[in-house]
Amino acid sequence: MASDATLPAAAAVTTRPAPADPTMSPEAMRRLQALALAQRRRRRLQAWLPWLVIIGMFVIWEAGVRAFNVQQFVLPAPSAIAESMVKWWVPLLDNSWQTLMTTLIGFFLAVIFGLLLGVAIGSSSLLYHGLYPLLIGFNSVPKVAVVPILVIWFGIGTVPAVITAFMISFFPIVVNVATGIATVEPELRDVLRALGAKPSDIIRKVGLPRAMPYFFASLKIAITVAFVGSIIAETVAANKGIGHLMILASSRFDVPLVFAGLIVTAVMGVAMYVAAVAIENRTTGWAMRGQNDQQITVPGV
Amino acid sequence: MERPFVEISGVAMRYGGVEGTLALQNATLDVGKGEFIAVVGPSGCGKSTLMKLVTGLWPATAGTLLVAGQEVDGPLSIAGMAFQNPTLLPWRNIIDNVMLPLEVVEPHRRQLRRQRAMYEAKAQDLLKLVGLGGFDKKFPHELSGGMQQRASLCRALIHEPALLMLDEPFAALDIFTREDLWAVLQGVWMARKPTVILVTHDLREAAYLADRVLVMSSRPGRIIAERVVDLPRPRTLETTYTPEFVSLVHDLREHISAARKGEEVVHGQ
Repeated sequence: MASDATLPAAAAVTTRPAPADPTMSPEAMRRLQALALAQRRRRRLQAWLPWLVIIGMFVIWEAGVRAFNVQQFVLPAPSAIAESMVKWWVPLLDNSWQTLMTTLIGFFLAVIFGLLLGVAIGSSSLLYHGLYPLLIGFNSVPKVAVVPILVIWFGIGTVPAVITAFMISFFPIVVNVATGIATVEPELRDVLRALGAKPSDIIRKVGLPRAMPYFFASLKIAITVAFVGSIIAETVAANKGIGHLMILASSRFDVPLVFAGLIVTAVMGVAMYVAAVAIENRTTGWAMRGQNDQQITVPGV
Repeated sequence: MERPFVEISGVAMRYGGVEGTLALQNATLDVGKGEFIAVVGPSGCGKSTLMKLVTGLWPATAGTLLVAGQEVDGPLSIAGMAFQNPTLLPWRNIIDNVMLPLEVVEPHRRQLRRQRAMYEAKAQDLLKLVGLGGFDKKFPHELSGGMQQRASLCRALIHEPALLMLDEPFAALDIFTREDLWAVLQGVWMARKPTVILVTHDLREAAYLADRVLVMSSRPGRIIAERVVDLPRPRTLETTYTPEFVSLVHDLREHISAARKGEEVVHGQ
């Protein structure tokens, strides 16, 4: 058991692990190093690629707007949007903070209730059959149609936005957690049942851990749609938030500011998504095997 | 004479109600304490059904089933089980997988927190016994199929069950690994002397490991033959080439072929 820094079995398909082996021929060593180098280059490219694509998109956009002389109130150039961002940075920051907070509150409520309900309907087929049609119906209702009702109940402000974000991000979490728990392999369940485990033991020791990859996959969806929810509510009825700001800006035909709002929203969405992925990788690495393992190690490199 | 540890008499199992398939019929057998028996038969003969009945995972539709003198009416915590698939939990490392039964079975469950070091040492010893020393912090997907099966065997043994139920535990492995694990299992059994019921379709495996081999007919399963294996222990691969061993396997083979055709061998021993 001397091979500690080497790779797991999955990666052994591509190359063998390379402990400092003095008997290795220089030729083989060189080939291995070349492979490792090529792979590192590939990784570096992979890390930079998203940025290159985004910058490329803005460059093409700018060039297109200038070449065809597009009016600013139709499609503003990125430079005009940036200018608007600098000019209005205080209200942009203020309102996006408001949106971020409402979204996160709604999202966390959805996580808590989604987990609880997901575990419940995933582990009891009675609850599943009883509640599923209602959940589907609930999810099919267009959320934008619910906002006016929420406004009647809670008035204009933060609460309708929080509730809309909650409603829209709740469903994917419930469905995924329930699926994860309901699809536990019968053999795994038998292992515990044969030991005399109680149903609650089985959920705790097998169901929940097994549902975690499903849960985190749903978080990535839920956090992005939570933004959709809160911004919908803000555009319909609010006195603060990035959605409200965009509505105000468009009513003044300040299209660059509308686009600035869109970009800020996109940045927040991506940032939350990345955070969800980071948590996912840390907690459920076991489910991702074989994707991150493909690395070649070379002694002394 | 001492009372048998497992007493199965006239047990039957029918799936899906009165009209359903009869998987097992009039199964009667006794297993003494510390005895190693193997049940062989053609596929679909109800071997695994027998397993599930003895461990109390399913209730029998007829007959009586006693383990340690008590009627089986639910899962038995004095039983350890290993299946054809290792069924390790992929999010736990090997030692945590092996220690899983301790988190469920009393009285270990209550003592686990206070005496963790003692239990961990026990798990390490078991891992060493099956040749997995030093792999305790690895995750299942980092081990080969044979190593996972060894870990699964440790998990079946950690709570020192008086009864070990093995449902084709080596069926998914290649022949070399399988033969290695026969020796491992024999070593564990000789060291701890649990009562073992091994279900398999590998006749050499049955003859190598068991004190007694039972042959089952095809569905609905009945026990149609019984052979005592009185080869000396520890048996080795060399044993499997001795004339006694070969003729025993041959004899079993004949019963299985007959069972598959649906007739019984008429000639006596």
